[in-house]
Amino acid sequence: MSIDTATARKVAHLARIAVREEELPGLARELSGILSFMEQLNEVDVTGVEPMVSVTPMRLKRRADVVTDGNMPEKILSNAPDAREGFFAVPKVVE
Amino acid sequence: MSLNTLTIAAARDALRKGETTAVELTMACMAAMDAGDDLNAFVHKTPDIALAQARAADQRIRAGDAPAMCGIPLGIKDLFCTRGVPSQAASNILRGFRPEYESTVTQQLFDAGAVMLGKLNMDEFAMGSSNETSCYGNAVNPWRRGNDDTALTPGGSSGGSAAAVAADLCLGATGTDTGGSIRQPAAFSGIVGIKPTYGRVSRWGIVAFASSLDQAGPMTKSVRDAAIMLGAMAGHDPKDSTSADIPVPDFEAALTGDIRGRVIGIPREYRMDGMPDEIEALWQQGIAMMRDAGAVIRDISLPHTKYALPAYYVVAPAEASSNLARYDGVRYGHRAKLAQGDGITEMYEKTRAEGFGKEVQRRVMIGTYVLSAGFYDAYYNRARKVRALIKRDFETVFAEGVDAILTPATPSAAFGLGEMANADPVEMYLNDVFTVTVNLAGLPGIAVPAGLDRQGLPLGLQLIGRPWEEGDLLNHAYVLEQAAGFVHKPAKWW
Repeated sequence: MSIDTATARKVAHLARIAVREEELPGLARELSGILSFMEQLNEVDVTGVEPMVSVTPMRLKRRADVVTDGNMPEKILSNAPDAREGFFAVPKVVE
Repeated sequence: MSLNTLTIAAARDALRKGETTAVELTMACMAAMDAGDDLNAFVHKTPDIALAQARAADQRIRAGDAPAMCGIPLGIKDLFCTRGVPSQAASNILRGFRPEYESTVTQQLFDAGAVMLGKLNMDEFAMGSSNETSCYGNAVNPWRRGNDDTALTPGGSSGGSAAAVAADLCLGATGTDTGGSIRQPAAFSGIVGIKPTYGRVSRWGIVAFASSLDQAGPMTKSVRDAAIMLGAMAGHDPKDSTSADIPVPDFEAALTGDIRGRVIGIPREYRMDGMPDEIEALWQQGIAMMRDAGAVIRDISLPHTKYALPAYYVVAPAEASSNLARYDGVRYGHRAKLAQGDGITEMYEKTRAEGFGKEVQRRVMIGTYVLSAGFYDAYYNRARKVRALIKRDFETVFAEGVDAILTPATPSAAFGLGEMANADPVEMYLNDVFTVTVNLAGLPGIAVPAGLDRQGLPLGLQLIGRPWEEGDLLNHAYVLEQAAGFVHKPAKWW
């Protein structure tokens, strides 16, 4: 499976990474190279094999449905690039 | 002998006997750390924390409460969140991030009395095999080739950890291993590094790369040190739902040096085309050492080995693309300057383009692609099926009585920084060829320095153990270490 410039543009957008138009052909080539390396997986007979979900067989643990943490808005916001009045601030989302 | 060159075991014994103090030990390491800036191993130094912790450790020791790690100066990989101390996974996107919390591993080490000297260089988000993707610049291997002062890579991603331990800037360091990131740099730098069984060590508070593969482990000067330090790092953590609720044995007590009758598997698929003769020769020496120690050597087959790297380079980027979605310029770290009229999508896209380096961007995009509609089954599900087969290969040989598997740790010795700059990304990925199977199967694996190549660079061997049998694995490694008698140190140039 080879990636063309249009696909590279789409993948970059899905990944929310801005890529300049002139860099797309190079990116497409790199991604294609990596994908062709992965093509080897098609040689493997995987009939009847379940995809691995957990590498160590274990039941997912449960705990009581209670609040164990909280009441620390200053700590939550302390690393935010932009925080105002106790909230994370972002550019306008709704016109 | 200067105190910073001690092993953890020797320092522990000296501290308990009152022959030295944690403060003296810490001062010696801080002096070595400051004199080692050319190695670019420590990227955030924390002398005030170190001295406060050392004083507290001395008090505990005087009071007769001295756990093994009490007063031991360590370096901490930048991937671990440490309260109030920069923790940025060697990425510009986390520039300025100071966590309000402490990772479980560092908390446990501090509870045991360990001292943090600072944070260590690494590949950005642990994605790399040469420490060349770091936002801090390259870490440099203290080892050099014979008469040649070319700067070499300490390996990656835990390159700063390996360089710091090999150069005696600290007594031990934390590392993390997703595809070989503890074992490959350990081998390149002539030290010991163990990746425990998946679930042995809590991942809470460690910046996530690929959650189903990531495990933290110690990087140390000896197998005994690895046993001691792993004991302090391991254990069940309610904050990590994949951490195993099973007791942590005394790993050091497992080092009996007796492996008579144990079966060591030698996988034929690990003999790669184009592998240097010296690696093959070292492997043969390792086999002879284990046989001389009374082990039974058995040829085994792990038929899906060849597919481990391609499976890894689907699974790991897929998980990374999901884990790294959180770096969006909203809650922490870098946010791009926006142009007039830019909305939230432009904020995400510009922030991530500026904040992530090229290799991270590449992996996030590959992961995005293999998870996207129409390709999920062809790539991601197929890779997870192949992963199940790789794990089954190991289960089969263990069921047939194999106790441990001996392989080379890396396909070469340390290479020059910049030497791979024009290489295809896939060529760099080949560094993980011997280590990545262990992550895919969730097994414990350890790299032990076993010899020098003809240019005078260290080479390592890898032992792979049964799940949850790190004690047994460490004992096999201990035998190999004793037999190899690796005592070389890099000649000091820094």
